[in-house]
Amino acid sequence: MAQADISIKPTELQGGHGHPDKWKWYDYFTFNVDHKVIGIQYLVTSFLFYLVGGFMAVLMRTELATPNSDFLSPELYNAFLTNHGTIMIFLWIVPAAIGGFGNFLIPLMIGARDMAFPKLNAIAFWLNPPAGAVLAASFFLGGGAQSGWTSYPPLSEITANLPQTLWCVALIMVGTSSILGSVNFLVTIWKMRVPSMAWDQMPLFCWAMVATSVLALFATPVLAAAMVLLLFDINFGTSFFKPDAGGNVVVYQHLFWFYSHPAVYLMILPIFGIMSEVIPVHARKPIFGYKAIAYSSLTICLVGLFVWVHHMFTSGTAPWMRIFFTISTLIVAVPTGIKIFSWVATLWGGKIRYTTAMLFAVGLLSMFVFGGLSGVTLGAAPFDIHVHDTYYVVGHFHYVLYGGSVFGIYSGIYHWFPKITGRMLNEPLGKVHFVLTFIGTILTFTPMHNLGMQGMPRRVAMYDPQFAHLNQLVTVGAYILAVSVIPFYFNVIWSWMKGKEAGPNPWNAMTMEWTTDSPPIIENWEVLPVLTHGPYAYGMERSDEVGPAGEPLPASRS
Amino acid sequence: MKQIPAPFWTLVLGIVVTLVSLWVGQNHNLLPEQASEQAPLVDDLFNVMMTIGTALFIVVQGAIVYSLIRFRQPKGDETDGLPIEGNLPLEAFWTAIPAVIVVGLGLYSVVVFQEMGGFSPGGHHGHGAMVAMAPQQSVIDIAPLVAQAAAADEDIFSKTQVYGFGASPLVQMNQPDVTVNVTGMQFAWIFRYPDTGITDGELHIPVGKDVQLKIEAQDVIHSFWVPQFRLKQDALPGEPGELRFVATREGTYPVVCAELCGSYHGAMRTQVIVHSPKDYADWVASRVAEATPTTTVAQPAETATDAEYLAGIAPDLAKSPVQIAQMTSMSH
Repeated sequence: MAQADISIKPTELQGGHGHPDKWKWYDYFTFNVDHKVIGIQYLVTSFLFYLVGGFMAVLMRTELATPNSDFLSPELYNAFLTNHGTIMIFLWIVPAAIGGFGNFLIPLMIGARDMAFPKLNAIAFWLNPPAGAVLAASFFLGGGAQSGWTSYPPLSEITANLPQTLWCVALIMVGTSSILGSVNFLVTIWKMRVPSMAWDQMPLFCWAMVATSVLALFATPVLAAAMVLLLFDINFGTSFFKPDAGGNVVVYQHLFWFYSHPAVYLMILPIFGIMSEVIPVHARKPIFGYKAIAYSSLTICLVGLFVWVHHMFTSGTAPWMRIFFTISTLIVAVPTGIKIFSWVATLWGGKIRYTTAMLFAVGLLSMFVFGGLSGVTLGAAPFDIHVHDTYYVVGHFHYVLYGGSVFGIYSGIYHWFPKITGRMLNEPLGKVHFVLTFIGTILTFTPMHNLGMQGMPRRVAMYDPQFAHLNQLVTVGAYILAVSVIPFYFNVIWSWMKGKEAGPNPWNAMTMEWTTDSPPIIENWEVLPVLTHGPYAYGMERSDEVGPAGEPLPASRS
Repeated sequence: MKQIPAPFWTLVLGIVVTLVSLWVGQNHNLLPEQASEQAPLVDDLFNVMMTIGTALFIVVQGAIVYSLIRFRQPKGDETDGLPIEGNLPLEAFWTAIPAVIVVGLGLYSVVVFQEMGGFSPGGHHGHGAMVAMAPQQSVIDIAPLVAQAAAADEDIFSKTQVYGFGASPLVQMNQPDVTVNVTGMQFAWIFRYPDTGITDGELHIPVGKDVQLKIEAQDVIHSFWVPQFRLKQDALPGEPGELRFVATREGTYPVVCAELCGSYHGAMRTQVIVHSPKDYADWVASRVAEATPTTTVAQPAETATDAEYLAGIAPDLAKSPVQIAQMTSMSH
């Protein structure tokens, strides 16, 4: 794969709006249209929601330390499990990975001064805090939605109607935010790359965001439709999903999972992008198989739209669907495997720096191998039928979403924190954070696989006493995970105020965002950058000189 | 050591990884005992996946750990690593191998699925018939629900598409030896035997016989699961399901509700008792002999209190969810 050098004409500052060089702290609480401010707004709010969702998880694991329902009432337990899942997916991983990193990095990576539609961008963000507030209000107006993050009718139609309605409203808001953001990312990447940046010269994070945005645009409206119909069933006497009035409970499942399985890829594709940026920088090697990684993102996007029925193998699923969706689900392992092999090959022969960002990236790689393999077993209908809706599934998706997405977000934060804030994070504290997280993740989520296979269903506040010992182990792991965030949050707050100055490019990285100040000035560059090499030209002979204005530099290699 | 060529080490490692994976695949002890004809089929599939998964896990994790040790930054060396961007044959190789594996696993899954009876659930295509959906209520309202369900049973199972596992192709033409209508409701399973009129809160079946469960839900979605049978089927309101199986081992096994069905979902547990044919016949005879109006379906709602009725038909069931529900209602 050849990555041709990038060379563009220096361009004068196009802003000239009389903006100050830096934003003040209070600008971050306003309807600011700067993509960097919006990115930080997304990241900070999502990390706050992470604490809320994590707190719920700790309470749930405390309940599950014993077989009986003796700490939380069953109704409150169900409300916590519903909102834990909802918050972690819709207000933590998706906004952090897509909204946070996407907004901050995409214009910087492609040499743009902002997103294509800055006001739309701000609207997309400002739909999120009210959605969180609506979810919080649902606890005070009826005890919170209690029918799980899937909210299958008829249960969702007969349990806690007002909180369930608020839950639907919150999801419609974050879904709308996601759609608006996706349009913005696609148009920005399509139209606002520096003129000489061909598609195959973009950083791989941009490719991941293209795939993510396309997927979100196809899938999210279907979720919004399901939410509207459910809301109508609950409040306005319709019967889309009411079996006693001609509705069908399985239709909801199709609509829900048509979005919610791709949602897994929405959560992991940007993280794959982050991996493809972090690993080459800290291994000091070009990414191995650039095109394979880029195209595998698109393949996951495409195939990911045709796997949703594997969540319904035990439900109202016709036999042919079980077969088709078994095969399609298993096929997703191929492009995912390509990425994993490529990252391992990037490590091979490198000069690996043991930075915290790299530790989390390699930790993710390790976790994802395990989570991916258990995912393959779940794709096979005969085995899935045994473990569906059990702790095996809970263990699997936490391996993928916590060991995958959360590790990826951490890795991204450690990698780009210097760019975002201008200061370095404390590395020893970061390593403490990594070790606690790594041990906590394994201890929490590995025994869940055993529990599920042996016969423990998910979403239960009370369980058979034979499962008590493994559950206690899981609870200890969850407490370790809870403790693990303390050094991280302390590190971020302290380093943001007092950390070592970073300089523009502390990792000696090669993508375009590292060519501007840290933190970047408003409108990103005084003069748009001139690049003389591809995004991953580590170890290659290259020319760093700037050519005469308007003349591309001769390629140092082909 | 340096005189030994790399292919030799690759070969040795390959043999070791293969042997370890094969051993793990057969000796993981992760699954509960097998108690149905379907269970060994599922377990064999899982064992194959476990073998392949173990091999891949060792190879990839081994490569990661080896890289981290072997290719760490030498002290004071700020230079870059080797500028290797790709290798087409290698990339083709590691695309093709997983593709072959997953296609193979897919085909194997189809074969297992067919042998389990996945292609032949009973019932007929037709317009969906709907049962009454109860508003949210506690298990105390169980009696009228049972009465409604009994009346609706025949209609539902004769008119609609049935999902689940039917008879395997070998026994497809045979009538089942035992048919049980299973109704899930918050928060109990009710088992009715149409041939004998028995209603019970536990499932009793004979070992080695062809058993057909017709599964329905009365209020919300439940999911019927016996881990030792490796079988699960959602109980959907208005959408009947079926499980057809042969239990192969006498014993008592848990029946678990696997789908979130409300506050006491975790307590919705009962058991399936697999009898020897003689014990099963004795059980049927004793239940028929002791049959009183409280063991029939239609009458008890009028004469007995809900708690009395439920205690009569499902003595073991009454130990957990009913008591919990009663305690809850008393505390309010």
